[in-house]
Amino acid sequence: MHDSHTTGGHAQPAAHGDGHAGDHAAHAPVATGTFVMVWVALLALTMVTVAASVWFPGKVGIGVAMVVTPIKAALILMWFMHLKYETAVFRVMFLSAIMILALVMGLTFFDYSFR
Amino acid sequence: MHAEGGTLGAAAVSPAAAAHHEHRDDIGSKTGMWLFLFTELLLFGGLFIIYAVYRHKYGTEFHEAAHELNKAMGVTNTFVLLTSSLTMVLAVGALQRARVAESLRWLGATFGLACCFLVIKFLEWSAKHHHGIWPGGEHLHAMPPGEGMFFNLYFMMTGLHGIHVLVGMGVMGSIAARIRSGHVSPSRYAALEFTGLYWHLVDLVWIFLLPLFYLTN
Amino acid sequence: MAESKTGPAWTGNYLQDYGRRRGLMAWLTTTDHKRIGLMYMMAMFFFFTVAVMLGVLIRLELMNPGMQYVTPRVYNSLFTLHGVIMIFLFIVPGIPAVMGNFILPLQLGADDVSFPKLNLASWYVYIAGAVLALTSLFAGGGVPDTGWTFYAPYALRSGSNVSLAVFAAFVLGFSSIMTGMNFITTIHRLRAPGMGFFRMPLFCWGLYATSWIQVIATPVVGITLLLVIMERWLGIGFFDPARGGDPVLYQHLFWIYSHPVVYVMILPAMGVISEILPTFAGRTVFGYKAIALSSMAIAIVGYMVWGHHMFTVGMSDTARRVFSILTFLVAIPTGIKVFNWMATLYKGSIRIEPPLLWALGFVFLFSIGGLTGLVNGALATDIHVHDTAFVVGHFHYTMFGGAGVGLFAAMHYWWPKIFGRMYNRKRAIWAWGIFMVGFNVLYFPMLVLGIMGMPRRYADYLPRFHTPELISTVGSWILVSGLILMVWNLIRAIKHGEPAPANPWGGTTLEWQTTSPPPQLNFAVAPTVTTGPYDHTALRAAAAKEAQ
Repeated sequence: MHDSHTTGGHAQPAAHGDGHAGDHAAHAPVATGTFVMVWVALLALTMVTVAASVWFPGKVGIGVAMVVTPIKAALILMWFMHLKYETAVFRVMFLSAIMILALVMGLTFFDYSFR
Repeated sequence: MHAEGGTLGAAAVSPAAAAHHEHRDDIGSKTGMWLFLFTELLLFGGLFIIYAVYRHKYGTEFHEAAHELNKAMGVTNTFVLLTSSLTMVLAVGALQRARVAESLRWLGATFGLACCFLVIKFLEWSAKHHHGIWPGGEHLHAMPPGEGMFFNLYFMMTGLHGIHVLVGMGVMGSIAARIRSGHVSPSRYAALEFTGLYWHLVDLVWIFLLPLFYLTN
Repeated sequence: MAESKTGPAWTGNYLQDYGRRRGLMAWLTTTDHKRIGLMYMMAMFFFFTVAVMLGVLIRLELMNPGMQYVTPRVYNSLFTLHGVIMIFLFIVPGIPAVMGNFILPLQLGADDVSFPKLNLASWYVYIAGAVLALTSLFAGGGVPDTGWTFYAPYALRSGSNVSLAVFAAFVLGFSSIMTGMNFITTIHRLRAPGMGFFRMPLFCWGLYATSWIQVIATPVVGITLLLVIMERWLGIGFFDPARGGDPVLYQHLFWIYSHPVVYVMILPAMGVISEILPTFAGRTVFGYKAIALSSMAIAIVGYMVWGHHMFTVGMSDTARRVFSILTFLVAIPTGIKVFNWMATLYKGSIRIEPPLLWALGFVFLFSIGGLTGLVNGALATDIHVHDTAFVVGHFHYTMFGGAGVGLFAAMHYWWPKIFGRMYNRKRAIWAWGIFMVGFNVLYFPMLVLGIMGMPRRYADYLPRFHTPELISTVGSWILVSGLILMVWNLIRAIKHGEPAPANPWGGTTLEWQTTSPPPQLNFAVAPTVTTGPYDHTALRAAAAKEAQ
């Protein structure tokens, strides 16, 4: 997709306001058991959502999906995608991107909710 | 994409830089990768906005139309993709721990699960196609506008997602080749890690597609 | 290629060939940010010239009432092409891809951007998009006639070659995204030792905010344009009222990108101005942090105001009020910048040089553009001026008088650095003067015309609009004369100009610490930073020493 190794000369770690020193793999690999547990949680949460939509179709089912789905997303982001183990910059960037999307969607509804 | 791109000019500049025979900035690369993921997120974001607007406008029709989707297949595919995300992190973990063969096995498993996902998707789509429910199809054309909108959104969103699955499989294939040839190795596994990030994003999008389409009735 | 740049023996500058490849091939395969910047500049000048000529044609047709030179349909294609080329091929990539590529790594004290190969790829994607756009003129149903906004439902129905033009815009978006990703990563990772975020030159801040918009906003229009193609191909009905779709939703999605993107055009230009003013005032910039953060504020608020393009299309009243109020918020960070620039000049030791004149031209023209923008942003007045020549005048004051003049200012500021040659000062000042006169004679009548009720995008008009239309057309000739003189002066300098010293203007940022033109690796010695970017004390001390 794009260069997996950046080039460019004097990247002096000391200069950077963000990120730890320009090291690579600053952290040890995460234990396999942790990932398996996250996976089990994801499956279980999926079951909860499906069950809610089957047994309580309508408002409750949708409500459960609206609560559970972001939790599932957070599990994937934090553990599978490693955000939990990265420097804060990555989390801030991600949150900013999501906030912009949410903001834009919200503003669109200033039109559609009040037509 | 390349193995030796990291040598640009560092040597010419200062003795300190010359000491490194190669210059790498993995955090920089990872920053770039995440920025790329944001663009993907916003690409789907546009579709999510359209979905939200039309669900607001055609709430009842969306509920009606969602009955026609096969819930079992949707849920099965969710399990398949979630499991493929697990095998993907295990592939990265194995390479980090220098277990190359194991890493390749997990990567193969991920690839297989992706195939499985696409087969189920194909069955689902062809069943719809069979009933004339297809963008431009005559049955879909004859539906009330709201239900037609639901299915057009369904095909566009799962279609775009499906293309991402296909691309992901292609990338996995090339990464596997590069692990075999040693270009991606326990000491430089960033490419595999980034493939994983991309794959999890594909998973992440699907997690939202499941309740939006299969669980709305 | 990366490997050919290694080797400590090299001492030439970046314009000379190195390594295995020579001549054209060396340029086409380069990963040097400076060469890529120049390649962008050449491509862009070609398209700019084409679009200017289209603009002159539009003005010629409008010189007199009645149809003289073109049919109404050709007229529609003229303004569509003028808009598409100017927006997608010139202003959006303009300052970031040309000046950003060249100057950003130099100002940061880096060798190159973070992803040099991606940088080269972005140029090729840009060229591919441009080729697609040009192909759309000759293939299929003919030249697109929808206007550069491709509004549904007409874009869904038009028999002209909309699909290809839309796809071209989609491809160009990719190029824009690649540049944005590159700049953000470069700014985060490759700043010189000692250069914290708040010691970055303000041009870098402008590019940083710009890049975020490119990365976050472009994909939304990408998917929207793809859906227009799908709509034309499969009839999915998202924007088609006949199938339950909502054409206004297309406008929402289009402007969710296209409004933030006007800040992609203007923020780097504001960055350029923030560089030039301190240099020619010989003092530090007033309110550094306020200017830096106002760039970010404009980028964020810029996401929330797109609805002001749609006040008359039938949005809910609530949305119109909300968007109008938010629109006025943008004036705050913009005002902060303008006041800080003026305060920078106050009691400075000002030297009148062409870059400063262009910068002041920017402030003047952009202020008119900004203030007329408030007329559009207010709900009641917008009803009157919406879709009139007033809007055309307004956005030419902001886009051309802002982003365009910002690019010209940047070129006059950095030309000696880029080519190692000085241009003729007198001619540059004349060109500036002629341009400024022509600009106002061209666009100010449009503001008047709009208030009189002249609609935009009309090939013909009532006789009562004749006088201002005629004045405007004459202005276009004056403006083009100024442009020609400017371009000729700059191009002539490349060959015949006096050799430029490393720091001809007394600039304090890092790009002036290396030779003109810079060596391939930018700096003979990797720079370190110990002060803010506009500290003139060291320069002044050096000058005093020399005087003794």
